[in-house]
This record gives sequence, C-alpha cells and structure tokens, in this order.
Amino acid sequence: MITLGDYLIVSGILFAIGFAGVMLRRNLIIILMSLELMLNAANLSLVAFSRFRVSPAGLPNYNAQVFVFFIITVAAAEVAVGLAILVALFRARQTTDVKDISELKF
Amino acid sequence: MSSILPWIVLLAPLCSAACITLFALRWKALSSFISIMAVLLSFICSCLVFARADISAPQFGWIDVAGALKVPFGLTQDQLSKMMLVLVSGVGAVIHIYSLGYMRDDEGKSRYFGALSLFMFAMLGIVVANNFVMLFMFWELVGFTSYVLIGHWFYRDAAAAAAKKAFITTRIGDFGFMIGILMLWMATGSIVFAEITPRMSMLTSHPTFLTVVALLIFCGAVGKSAQFPLHVWLPDAMEGPTPISALIHAATMVAAGVYMLVRVAFVIQTSQTALLVIAWIGTITAVLAALIATQQNDIKRILAYSTLSQLGYMVMAVGLASNDASMFHLFTHAFFKALLFLAAGSVIVMLHHEQNIWKMGGLSQKLPITFVTFVAGALALIGCPPFSGFFSKDAILALAYQRNVPIFAVGLFTAFLTAFYVIRLLVIVFFGKPRSEVARESRESPAVMTGPLIVLALLATLGGFAFFARRFLALPIEKEVAVFVPAVAIVALILGSGLAIVLYRNRASEPLDLQLLRHKFYFDEFYRWLIYWTQELLAGVFAFFDRWIIDAGAVSGSGRGTLGIGALLRLIQIGNLQAYLFLFGLGIVALIYFAVFH
Repeated sequence: MITLGDYLIVSGILFAIGFAGVMLRRNLIIILMSLELMLNAANLSLVAFSRFRVSPAGLPNYNAQVFVFFIITVAAAEVAVGLAILVALFRARQTTDVKDISELKF
Repeated sequence: MSSILPWIVLLAPLCSAACITLFALRWKALSSFISIMAVLLSFICSCLVFARADISAPQFGWIDVAGALKVPFGLTQDQLSKMMLVLVSGVGAVIHIYSLGYMRDDEGKSRYFGALSLFMFAMLGIVVANNFVMLFMFWELVGFTSYVLIGHWFYRDAAAAAAKKAFITTRIGDFGFMIGILMLWMATGSIVFAEITPRMSMLTSHPTFLTVVALLIFCGAVGKSAQFPLHVWLPDAMEGPTPISALIHAATMVAAGVYMLVRVAFVIQTSQTALLVIAWIGTITAVLAALIATQQNDIKRILAYSTLSQLGYMVMAVGLASNDASMFHLFTHAFFKALLFLAAGSVIVMLHHEQNIWKMGGLSQKLPITFVTFVAGALALIGCPPFSGFFSKDAILALAYQRNVPIFAVGLFTAFLTAFYVIRLLVIVFFGKPRSEVARESRESPAVMTGPLIVLALLATLGGFAFFARRFLALPIEKEVAVFVPAVAIVALILGSGLAIVLYRNRASEPLDLQLLRHKFYFDEFYRWLIYWTQELLAGVFAFFDRWIIDAGAVSGSGRGTLGIGALLRLIQIGNLQAYLFLFGLGIVALIYFAVFH
C-alpha cells in the first residue's frame, strides 16, 4: 500500500535533484530544466496532499489541484521568458555558461 | 538758551573734510584754505559759546533699538566741555596755520588737510559727546585719523609700521573700554551721562562690579593716552609730520583719555580701588617715560616721552580724585607741548629733516625766534616759575602730598628727571658748537611758522596765572603745603637742571651710556617676544586641530569610512549566479528556522 509518506519522499528526492542541478551545473539550459524539476516536485506533493486529505463526503480537496494548475501555467510562462532571455544572451555572448556571466553589463 | 553755535563748531571741520576729500584733492592751496577757514570758524564759534554761560544745544534721538538702547545725538555744554572746545579749536587753528609752512612742498598736502579737518571734527565730537556711544564713535574716529596722519608718508616703512602699531595698540584699550560701556549700560539701562549719574547710587552695593567697570573704562584711556603698559605706540607715532605730533600726539588726542576720565568721573570715583590703580598707573608712566627720555637722541622722541610723562601726571591727578588739577595740567600742557613740538618742527625743517640732537648744536644764534619760544616751552614743561607748567604741576604735586605721600615722592623724582632731560635737550640743541654741516648753514623759519610759535609761547608763559587757574582750581590748598611743595619742587628743578648743564655742557657725544634706558626698558622687544610666542602657540593649536581633527577626522575620515564599508560589502558581490543562489538558499533556511522553531 502506497502511503502519503512515500509520495512525499519521492517529491523530496525530485526537489533535491533539481536543487543540486541548479546549484552545481554550469549550463543555463540544464539549470532551467532543474528549476522545472523543483516546481514539479512541489506539484507532486500538492497533488498527493489533495488525494490523501479526503472530506467526510469522500471527495478529495480540490484546492490543492487548482493550485497545481496555476503553478503549471506560471511555469510555462516562466520557461518561455527564461528561454527567450537565454537566446538573447547566447546571441550576445555566444555562451550559456554561468561562469562567463558574472557582470551586470557588457 | 538753545543755539546753533555749538553745531557750527562741530560740523564746520566735517564739511571741510568732506569738501576736500570729495572735490578739492587736486587743488592743494584750495584744500588748505578750506581747512583753515573751517577751523577758524570753529574757533570763533567756540569762543562765542564759551563767552555765553547759558547756551545749550538741542538734542535729537538718533538710534532706538526697541526702546532698550536709546542713543540721542546731543551736545554737552558745561564749563568743562566749553573750555576744551576753545582749547582744541584754538591749538588746532594755530597748528593748521603752522602746517601751511611745514607742509608747503608736500605731495599729499590736500590729503593731509582733509585728514586734519576730519581729526578736528572727531576731537571736537569727543569733547561735546553727551553719551557713551557718541563718545566711543568719535573716540574710534580720532584713532582712525591718527592712523591716517601718522602714516601720511606711507611710502616710508617706519611710518606705515608706526601707524599700524598706534592703531592696533589703541584698539586693545578700546576693547576694554567697550566692554566697560556695555557693562554700565546693562546695569543702569542708559548710556547718557546725565541719566547714568543719578542711577549710580543703585550700584553702590556692588563694589566689585563698580571697580571692574571703572577699570575697563580706564582701559580706553590707557590706550588712547598711552599709559603704561600700552605706552609703546606714542614714541613711534613721531614718524608722522611734526604738526601732527604737536596736535594729535601731544596737545589733544592723547589728552582725550584724560578728558574722558574726567567726563566719567562719576563712575570712576565710586571705586577707591580703581582710583588707586589709576593713580599708580599714572605715576609709573610718569617716572618710566622720564627715565627713558634721559637717554634718547631723537628730538621728537624725547618730546614724545615727555608727553607720556606729563600724561602720567594727569592720570595720577585723576586717580587722586581731582578733576581740577588734572584738567589744569591738561590745559597748560596742551600749550607748552604743542609749542615745543612746533619749535622742534621748525628746527627739523631748517635742518633738512635731521632729528638727531647730536647733529645739532649752537642753534640759538641761527634760529633766534625758535630758540626763545622753545625755551619758554621748556621752562613751562619743567615747571619753572612763573611759567604755566609750574602752577599746574605744583597743583598735582600738592594734591599728591595731601593724599598719598609715596606717589608724591615718585612725582617729585619725575620732576627732577624732567628738568634733567629737558635741559639736556636744550643744551645739546641750542648751545655749544654746531656739530654738522646742516646745523652750520641753518637759518630762521618763515613767519607762517614762527607766528604760531610766538602765539603759543605767550599762552605757555601766561597760561598758569590766576585768570586761567581759578577756572580750574576750586580746592583750597593748606598753607604749609602751599609753601613746602613748591619749595621742594624748585629744589628738584634746580638739581635736575644743574646736573644736566654740568654733564652736557660743550659735549660732542653722549657721556652716559645706560643701555636699559636707551632701549626703553626693552618693552618693544618684550612685546615682540610675547606676541611671537602667543601667536606661535595659538597657531600651533589651531593647526593641530585643523590638520588632525577637521582634515584627517571629519573630512578624510568620512570619505575613508565610506570606502571601507564599500570594500567590505564588495566581498559578497562576486557576480557568481550560483553563489547568490546558495546565499539565497541559506537565507531561506534561516528564515524557516526562525519562523518555525522560535
């Protein structure tokens, strides 16, 4: 039987992988992808909470699911903006390595 | 009775000064004419004012600061001021005429006469001022004109320096004078003499305050009348033209200090301590100056030191609480000292500006009129009967004998010294053989110079007789004093004169050599040292404060502090995205830690 705890452990592992990616990888695209991973770890735990907090009438708590939709929408918009900045940056500097981008103006 | 005459006396010289400075600077003859006419007008009006007992001048409000400080512009018209008006304008007129001869070929003749007129205005203003503020303003104005006239030949370094010295030294005294006036104003709420007089009784319960006020006011006189320890400026002031030395630095301006003390006697005489200090300052000045005069070689400097000495006598008399004796001596001194200076000026001009007495000699035949008038002045100065100085000096000595015997003794010794140095001067300059080429070729001065000499010689001779004396001397002198004091004074006079004749007859150079006296007791050197060190010390303190507290601390310190804090902050601005993220994460963890577990 899969319990709430198992879902949360998976979610935690996913978040940790995403955080490690953001912290350790140099490539901006990978960092962006790792960010998505962290968002989805949060989504997973929210959905799990929704599934396991059942009301007396036997229905799941839909608030959490609505919240997840919002996060997915915002994440999509964020990726669009992030990738656009990435392209612009690449055109200007011919690199996507964060080590090379340490100044505010160039 | 109200009249316009006192106003004419006061304002005629001012108009003259204004006309000369504004319009007539280019026309020398015109300037001197205007100036002389103004002073003559002033003199005639003074005499008219003097002759009419009931004359008075209207007074009008001048400054009014919120009712707290009211300064009227009014003229005092009492016996004392009328007498001084006649004296100042009379001696002034004589010296104006003499200046015509003395300054005949001077480049700055217009400037000279303009300043002379301004001086006459200021001096007459001091005499008639009826309140402290007016008195102080005119007081400063005479100081300024004195500065201008001492520095008349400003292209000579010595004259420029002497002018500056006179002005600054006098200012030291004036500062005390001003504080004294302010204290008196605070205590009584008025600055008009006639209003303060009845209010003085309110202050009798504060003797210390009165003493301080009296001494501060006396400070003004110490500066202006060149009393010890501010006497150093007067001998240097002889760098000015000789008529200026006669008018300003012998007859009138330096006597203004004494006149002021007499005018404010109602303050001074409330404090016995102040009176004692004043008397002793006068005595010290008298004897000190007389001692210095015995070893000087410049004819004008000898006369300057004798002026100091005689002013000491006057201040001594003020300190002995006798206005009469003091004013009497002021009066006679004005005549004979102006006379001596003008006669010396005549000698100096005829010897082509030679002032060293050892280059003169045998002038009694070359300049007979100058010689005779000089002798009259000299006899008056040493107090030889029946010349005027005898009576006035005798009055002061008798007073001292009655009130304070030590002062009398020192005064008598001064009389002895006076006789000694005056006769020394007379013997060296007018007798013996001429000691230089210019002295051999000299001849008598023109009439425009000898005329004033004769007038002043008559006044110096007759000035002591009863007609003048009874206007001053109200105090009865005890019979034994009246015999004893003149007797010892004459003995001192004969001793001094005899000693001088024995020592200096037919000498070609100074037989005595007293360095201490020749260097004027090293006052100038001491003051130079004192000023140098106080200045160095103050400058050192200020430089330290400026360099280390203001510059290094406040200015550079704030800049360096900002830079330092900026450098610290820059350590965390490394520009690495992931480092920022790490710090961001740490911050979040800390936030959660504090939010959840505390």
